[in-house]
Amino acid sequence: MNELIQLNASGVSGKKYWRSLDQLSNTPQFRQWVEREFQEGASEMLQGGSRRNLLKLMAAGFGLAGLTACRRPVETILPHAKGVEDYVPGRPLHYATVASLGGAATGLIVECNDGRPTKVEGNPRHPYSQGTTSAHVQALVLNLYDPDRLKSVARKGVKSSWDEFGAWWKGEAAKLGDGAGLRILSERTASPAVIGQKAEVLAKYPKAQWVEFDSVSYDEAKLGTQMAFGQALETHYLYDQAEVIFSLDSDFLGLDSPTVQPLKQFSKKRRVSDPKDEMNRLYVAESNFTMTGAMADNRLRVKSTEAGALAVSLAFELNVGNTPFKVLTAVETDKGKKFIAAVAKDLAAHKGKSIVVAGPRQPAAVHAVVALINQALGNVGTTVVYTKPVADVTDSVAAVKQLTAEMQSGAVKTLFVLGGNPVYSMPADLNFAEACKKVGTLVSLTADENETCAVAEWQLPEAHVFESWGDARALDGTASIQQPLIEPLYGGKSVLEMAAMVAGADVTKGHDIVKKSWDKVWKQALHDGVVDGTKLAAVDVKADAAKALSAAQAAMKPAAAMEVVFYASASTYDGRYANNAWLQEAPDPMTKLVWDNAAMLSPATAKQLGVENGDVLALASNGKEIRMPAMVLPGHVDNSISVSLGYGRTKCGRVGVQVGHKAEALRTTAGFHSAAVTARKTGEKYELVTTQEHHTLEEPITGLKRHDIVMEAPIEEYRKEPHMLHEGKHEAVVADLFPGVDYSKGYQWGMSIDLNACVGCNACLLACVSENNIPVVGKDQVRRGREMHWIRMDRYFVGNQDDPQAVMQPMACLQCEKAPCESVCPVAATAHSDEGLNMMAYNRCVGTRYCANNCPYKVRRFNFYNWNKEIPESRKMVFNPDVTVRFRGVMEKCNYCVQRIEEKRTVAKADNRRAIKDGEVMTACQQVCPAEAIVFGNINDPASKVALAKKQPRDFIVVEELNTKPRTTYLAKLRNPNPELA
Amino acid sequence: MADLAMDPRMELNPPLVTGGATYAEVTETISAITENPPPKQWYWAMGVAIPLALMLFGCLAYLVINGIGVWGNNSPVGWGWDITNFVWWIGIGHAGTLISAILFLFRQKWRTSINRAAEAMTLFAVACAMIYPLFHTGRPWRAAYWLFPMPNEALNMWQNFRSPLMWDVFAVSTYATVSALFWFVGLVPDLATLRDRTTNPIRRTVFGLLSLGWRGSATQWRHYELAYLILAGLSTPLVLSVHSIVSFDFATSVLPGWHTTIFPPYFVAGAVFSGFAMVITLMVLARWVYNLQHLITIKHLENMCKVILATGTIVGFAYATEFFIAWYSANQYERFIFMNRLFGPYWWAYWTMVSCNVIAPQFFWFKKLRTSIPVMFVLAIFINIGMWFERFVIIATSLHRDFLPSSWGYFQPTWVDIGTFVGTMGLFLTLFLLFLRFLPMIAISEVKGVLHHQINSQKGGSH
Repeated sequence: MNELIQLNASGVSGKKYWRSLDQLSNTPQFRQWVEREFQEGASEMLQGGSRRNLLKLMAAGFGLAGLTACRRPVETILPHAKGVEDYVPGRPLHYATVASLGGAATGLIVECNDGRPTKVEGNPRHPYSQGTTSAHVQALVLNLYDPDRLKSVARKGVKSSWDEFGAWWKGEAAKLGDGAGLRILSERTASPAVIGQKAEVLAKYPKAQWVEFDSVSYDEAKLGTQMAFGQALETHYLYDQAEVIFSLDSDFLGLDSPTVQPLKQFSKKRRVSDPKDEMNRLYVAESNFTMTGAMADNRLRVKSTEAGALAVSLAFELNVGNTPFKVLTAVETDKGKKFIAAVAKDLAAHKGKSIVVAGPRQPAAVHAVVALINQALGNVGTTVVYTKPVADVTDSVAAVKQLTAEMQSGAVKTLFVLGGNPVYSMPADLNFAEACKKVGTLVSLTADENETCAVAEWQLPEAHVFESWGDARALDGTASIQQPLIEPLYGGKSVLEMAAMVAGADVTKGHDIVKKSWDKVWKQALHDGVVDGTKLAAVDVKADAAKALSAAQAAMKPAAAMEVVFYASASTYDGRYANNAWLQEAPDPMTKLVWDNAAMLSPATAKQLGVENGDVLALASNGKEIRMPAMVLPGHVDNSISVSLGYGRTKCGRVGVQVGHKAEALRTTAGFHSAAVTARKTGEKYELVTTQEHHTLEEPITGLKRHDIVMEAPIEEYRKEPHMLHEGKHEAVVADLFPGVDYSKGYQWGMSIDLNACVGCNACLLACVSENNIPVVGKDQVRRGREMHWIRMDRYFVGNQDDPQAVMQPMACLQCEKAPCESVCPVAATAHSDEGLNMMAYNRCVGTRYCANNCPYKVRRFNFYNWNKEIPESRKMVFNPDVTVRFRGVMEKCNYCVQRIEEKRTVAKADNRRAIKDGEVMTACQQVCPAEAIVFGNINDPASKVALAKKQPRDFIVVEELNTKPRTTYLAKLRNPNPELA
Repeated sequence: MADLAMDPRMELNPPLVTGGATYAEVTETISAITENPPPKQWYWAMGVAIPLALMLFGCLAYLVINGIGVWGNNSPVGWGWDITNFVWWIGIGHAGTLISAILFLFRQKWRTSINRAAEAMTLFAVACAMIYPLFHTGRPWRAAYWLFPMPNEALNMWQNFRSPLMWDVFAVSTYATVSALFWFVGLVPDLATLRDRTTNPIRRTVFGLLSLGWRGSATQWRHYELAYLILAGLSTPLVLSVHSIVSFDFATSVLPGWHTTIFPPYFVAGAVFSGFAMVITLMVLARWVYNLQHLITIKHLENMCKVILATGTIVGFAYATEFFIAWYSANQYERFIFMNRLFGPYWWAYWTMVSCNVIAPQFFWFKKLRTSIPVMFVLAIFINIGMWFERFVIIATSLHRDFLPSSWGYFQPTWVDIGTFVGTMGLFLTLFLLFLRFLPMIAISEVKGVLHHQINSQKGGSH
């Protein structure tokens, strides 16, 4: 304080006379000192990561956590039917709500324990969830309790309040007039309420602009239908109706779908319960090796920028529009030609029962060609359905180009950024960050202190989806109400409420806005999570094939000699989950990389560039250069580099800051591709950490095949000889050292995992983390081999290194009846239950780790440190109260969600039922699995799903020769390759 | 003297103690070591040993405060240097018991010069070894008593007697107890000698208490000899059982590379092998520092080299047998684990082990080499290193790659791993140096038994 006063006095020579204290103290520094709640350096310390800061934050978090305990929602929210009439302490309540990503909604049921949302499940009534969710949605609940969230309104870093902001905006709004200087930038939204407020804003300020932009967008597909049919449409693929599917650079089973519905549908045709069952056939042509590629029956490696050429040649083969064939480099290879010819033949043989789908990375022209192919195959109306889009379809790239130009010219007086993180994610060639400096006032509504927030004048905290009212439409139009589960922890507001504020509406409370439009169906909609009768009708369209095809061909760009393709990250998506430690630690489905992104390239390209895993590459294009460590991915196409977005965040919470490398710096308005790229080795090294370092089962020196770990067969052979998988197996004659246990009575829990349905999407892994309070250990500890995930998502490559197939195998504790871990524990801390569970008594465990050593599947996890020691208080709210938080020095592992079994046992008893019904107990991994690959239940009940699954001829035991008799068995993977491509 | 040299008995059975020492000289030489100030080498050695021992306690405290994570252990390598060091130290202990018990029963009189020090070494090695089973657990404050079958009301449960770790607890604690008793009983007459020689009241009191009223009467000697024989009989099976049971930690598991029936004899042979190597290492130094060349003769050392040659060859044979069985079993996982030892990421550990344990002892076929002090000292050091690597190879390379390639990993020690191991050496050395300083390092009464009686009679020496 003294310093500040003296500051004012300095600069004047001689004696300084002052009239009042006001004059003396009226320096900007002093004003700031008065206005700031905390001293300089105190509220900025979040960027640091020192131990002292962490301790301070923990103390602060403790205070905040105490506050939250006092909060109860003021607005009435209705519990789901599964809830109880009156609140019973210790008993969770379930509420229906909805979350959106990329303008597509997924219905959810969220479990609330004592007012804390703790676990996310899919809403079975919602068509895009059907009871399951993606991995990203599972981790939403951690974002809610993120201690690095924006905690108050601030103006230029000085703490302010919503009232002050409201007053400022009132004055500002009066000056705006027709809104020529007002611009609003938000993410794509399919919320009728937000769209309604958007209209209000534009009605009040006719010259204002509301621009929607998503870093990872699904616009091109809609623009493609515009090209083909003259109107932008949402394309719905009914994968459960298709027998032959050709995916052109589309990871529709993974990250190229904003919801899990495609996987849900696709897997129906993969769960072959009888050898005679039909199974679909999946062709994939792609540059990267994605989860969809791993499921492919036949796969062609092709550059992403060559996909257009491939689409055109397929159109030619199928004689779409009778166009002359343009010679294309992509299919010049014999393999490519053969592939396309075979695919065309197969598709033609399955007219009306096939699907051709292009990935969202592909430009509109490719989507147009694909739409024409589907039309020519007669798929429209059977496997391909068009509806009006639920979100805006304006070309967002053109819109942001215009917006940035206006910002540069100084025409934008007030810019509202409602959600998203444009300063980080905007195409680099727009130089959006520079343009922001020319904006009069930048108002940002962000959940955390991100790059956009850092440059904004007003920094407003955004309410989490579980904290705010809203609504959302699924891609097919089905509306849902977004119901909060907790009062905003840090006083945030939703985009909807902000929009209403901007519009100067009378009603600005989210609850009131939403209720107004859904008043008639209110209670039912809140209960169900969906509003009946809101599904959109199919649009009947017909394209002039020849005309559209030539237009599309004209719009196509040539393939790049060396391309960089950008992907949404399986962990951070577009950077929005960068501060989510669960997702950062979830291994990438294909590379198994954690806490990083990398330049993925083929073994041949890596050799050509002279790089190995971890060698830093300099990737340059259009005068921009980024550095990125190389990672060799078998099955990747040559001369192409795949890069995940969403890393290298400079302003982020303590989890995600500077994790990985920022690929956005290379990305331009050209979209997901960067052509004309030069890649060179820099000589630098960077440590990449993976959870799995060995990718093949075969071992060259001994010729070891390890055929009893993952079993796989072509479906044709399986049909002919269903028991082929078990041929040559010796019936072990085993003399037991210890007396056996009678497992013939009562519940005997067991699990069956269908490798033919599993795509390795990590949803089960995240669900398990959320359900079982599994700690995060960080990159360095993963490097040391100490990750704690109870489910290890194993991925093996099969075949040659350049063009292998891949197979996924979720591996958790297999609950062996003759468990090698049990006999070696000196203190009997791991023992068998009467119901066949291999139990861990944490408080008995002394941590000899002998059990882990003796586990042939290596699924036991040891607490090498107290992983929960330094977590902030707010993070503790995410814990599932039904599951013990483990201390250091003890072993832990999957226990088939024993807490869920016990919960249902109580329910059954309370209902005076004698038995728990089949399917009543669902493990967390089973419940979330979109592919329904996991079946769990009582194997003693011959009618149970799990008992039936285990009767299938493709049921196998991992390393059966050990006679461990695991309760989890696997169903062998089947492939349905085209014999012509053999 | 000349007539003695021509005595045909001398040629057949040359004296075990040379230099014509008399009973009195023996007593004087050995007792003086504990009575006079130690040589300067002793201080140097202590200067190294004590800081290292303190480092051990520092590392253990750091470990207990933070967790096992400070070591390099991980998943899949749940045991790393901890159990490697445990088995290594236990193995070293074996020479002492073998020399004192089995060689006693076999009337191998040459043992008398080295048995005391070897037994002390056993005790100190077992003390070092016992640190690991306790501190390698995640919660040593629980393991310290939960591993013992004590009645408990809170938990109302017993230990798991099926677990080899449980057997280990009994085997090692029994071994430590019996070895300590055996050693102490052997010390009693010598302690009485020290008591009788001293004028220092403290020494007189302490040795007086420890010598249990020994007067050296014929009755006492009769009882004493019988007790010693019984203890030798008790210790003998322990030599075989301790390391057999330690080997069960591995042999009863399902892990390829561990799950093998050859382990008990293979481990015992390896233990004796490493134990003798350690005795040579220590005795070569001790006889040099204290000028005991006439008591611990080249003959003693040569005999030990012969034992090393025999056990080393058994160990080499065991290695070969493992490979043969891996091939012969046609078990793919078994075959893999052995190929992985040869050519996998830990190839260097395997080849170090083979060079030190199989090749090094073969030099002892040559008399010239096995009677050369520098050669045997260097080879003994190599064998100590090789035997450490044997345990590391068995533990780490079997664990790091087993059935499912997805779970494979690699073990790298941290500074705490190294600090703890080097620290146990410091503790061992400290204890051994204290033993040299305060207790008779050679069994005075037993050595006298093997002196040439005639020489003493002629010289009229007294006890």
